[in-house]
Amino acid sequence: MNFRTFATFVGPSVFMMLLFIAFPLVSVFKQSFYITQPIYETVETETCTPGFLTQTCVTEQVSQPKLDDDGKIITRTDFVGLQSYRNVLEPERAWRAISDGNWNVLSTINFWKALRFTLTFTLITLPLVVVCGLGIAILINNAARSIRGPVIFVSLLPFIITPVIGVLSINWLFRGDGILTAMMEWWLNRDIALFAQAWTIEVLMMLYRVWHVAPFAAIIFYAGLQTVNQDSLESAVIDGATRWQRLKYIVIPHLMPLIIFVSMIHLMDSYRVFEEIVGFSSQGYVISLQWLTFDYLTPDQAGNRSISRASANSMLTMIGVVILLIFPLRRTWRDHKGGH
Amino acid sequence: MKLRSILMAGAMSIAASGAWAACSFENDVPLKSLSAGFEAWKAVTDAMAECGNFSASLDQEFREKQPEAFAADPALYQIGGVSNATLVPLLNAGSVRPLDDLVEKYGQNLLPNQLIKVDGKVMAVAMMVNAQHLMYRNDVLADLGIDEPKTYGDVLAAAAQIKEAGVMDYPIGGTFKTGWNLGQEFINMYLGEGGSFFGDGNMPAINNDQGVAALEMMKAMTEFMDPEYLVSDSTYVQQQFQQGKIAMANLWASRAAAMNDEAESQVVGKVTMAAAPMGSAVPATTIWWDGIVLATNMSDEEADAAFRVALEGMDADTVSANNDVAVWLSTAYTPGDLAAGAAASAEGGAKAYPASGPMGIMHTSLGNGLADYLTGAKDAQTTLADIEADYITAAKEAGLISN
Repeated sequence: MNFRTFATFVGPSVFMMLLFIAFPLVSVFKQSFYITQPIYETVETETCTPGFLTQTCVTEQVSQPKLDDDGKIITRTDFVGLQSYRNVLEPERAWRAISDGNWNVLSTINFWKALRFTLTFTLITLPLVVVCGLGIAILINNAARSIRGPVIFVSLLPFIITPVIGVLSINWLFRGDGILTAMMEWWLNRDIALFAQAWTIEVLMMLYRVWHVAPFAAIIFYAGLQTVNQDSLESAVIDGATRWQRLKYIVIPHLMPLIIFVSMIHLMDSYRVFEEIVGFSSQGYVISLQWLTFDYLTPDQAGNRSISRASANSMLTMIGVVILLIFPLRRTWRDHKGGH
Repeated sequence: MKLRSILMAGAMSIAASGAWAACSFENDVPLKSLSAGFEAWKAVTDAMAECGNFSASLDQEFREKQPEAFAADPALYQIGGVSNATLVPLLNAGSVRPLDDLVEKYGQNLLPNQLIKVDGKVMAVAMMVNAQHLMYRNDVLADLGIDEPKTYGDVLAAAAQIKEAGVMDYPIGGTFKTGWNLGQEFINMYLGEGGSFFGDGNMPAINNDQGVAALEMMKAMTEFMDPEYLVSDSTYVQQQFQQGKIAMANLWASRAAAMNDEAESQVVGKVTMAAAPMGSAVPATTIWWDGIVLATNMSDEEADAAFRVALEGMDADTVSANNDVAVWLSTAYTPGDLAAGAAASAEGGAKAYPASGPMGIMHTSLGNGLADYLTGAKDAQTTLADIEADYITAAKEAGLISN
């Protein structure tokens, strides 16, 4: 293919990538070093609000942004360097907590609390997703041809459900006197409150994520299973290899590139865990990095929002994803080089 | 034949409801409104729609859209529904217009009480007030011979007695969901203790005895609440009441009517509305109002029409047809038993919610930071100090505190 043809094919997608991914990213990167704020003046204002029979009026000093001639709020943008990163990371407090060996204090600082959960969540669900996915794939592969279609359909269902809806249904099943909690209470004959402490919520979240993502892994692995060399499998059977040995020495090595692929996708996805926090309304116990960005961005009722801290936090989240991806990428890179 | 008659009936009913019968004039200026989506707003905007050429957006996320939509020129919505807190960003941006001339022209039926004045100018017209106040199960308390709780001490004592008698495991309900709800609970308690939130230059001032007292009272209440209280919002508390699972809660007046809704509630007629329990200083609650504002960025003719339509929406007809939906501010409103709690709280001296720019940040910091105390991760002083630190960071970023 000559360069012209190549460029014509790739051009539109490169353009889209630049427009919708690269430029916003650069803009977020830039915003994380600047702070834009209105210029406030302090004025004395009398405000009257309804009581029941009469009005209550109060006179007080209020901060009010200055308006320009067009009636727009005058704002000022300052370069603040790493200040927003410092506001998010709170390095002094974090360092004091670490040097005192006081993990409880560290885990009450928003960023570190979120990082702790995000990492636990990602690293625990990763092997579970791979193992469950592989299990389901082998199950489908061994199912009789006549029922294979329905089995694939049923095992894909969790992946089709919209994440927020999925989380909400888990929430309602287990919340308060939800059906499943009520059943467990009846079975164990004791009062159970799954949303009253952090660890039960975390377990539910992980269960949900594995349930939701395993079908995706399964369908990829199932595709891979179709290309396993049947001759090697047959010779292994003749050599007296057990089912487990065949899986360990033939199937898994063959699927390794796919396992790496699924792991990478899963690392990227679950490091940005968000729906679980919102759906379980678990902010009181558990938060994630992505949720923290969302929280900074949400305006309060007076309209203030922390754009700079949100930008800094989302840059930090991205850096986290990149660090996590280094390990599988390095392996792929080595294999790639070795293959040629 | 049957299908045809059904279609006919449907067409007839649409014709009947579309005849703008209830509106005193026919509106020919296209108008739009953006407001919250609770029952009272639905009633009011339905009445506005009877004037024609009007469409309403009832949106739970209105507070995120409103500042931007009103700052546009021309404004995307002519009429806005606000509360005392959501008025602040609009006032700051100068995107709502003074209504004095319109009030003079059309507002003969408005109560002076309804006019929200900022610096002498009418900036909004309130239609209803809302407050959290004590609701309790009169049958449960009467069975055990408990008097109406007047203070939070009484509430705790009553709860202990109910629990001991084995009537309920968790007698108290509370809107303690992390975030806005939890922040609001603290604000109620803290104002009840007589605290104030800010010192000079918007610096926070909550790390004091009143703050600690408010926190300790909240924690004491959680002993009698369902352990999942950090996910419990107003709707959840309302359902707990309706299903007879709790006996007392400090809940919004706008939820009172649901207690007597026979379709949902198992406790019809058994819930009494009382004043919010007293703190050391005043009843531990805040008074909110909801009302309408008009955008700055539209022509005077549009503003004229918008104001007339808005007044139609909250006129005597709407109020008398929806009497129990809210605590209305109107001559046509007959306060029933359901409004007694809000009225009694106000008479007891409950304060208005101290809405302002800094308060918005404070509310968020409180909502996010309080859970650490309730779960036992921090003690009271550390919690309050951390909330202050969080507030200072956010307020500096917003430019409300100079560096």
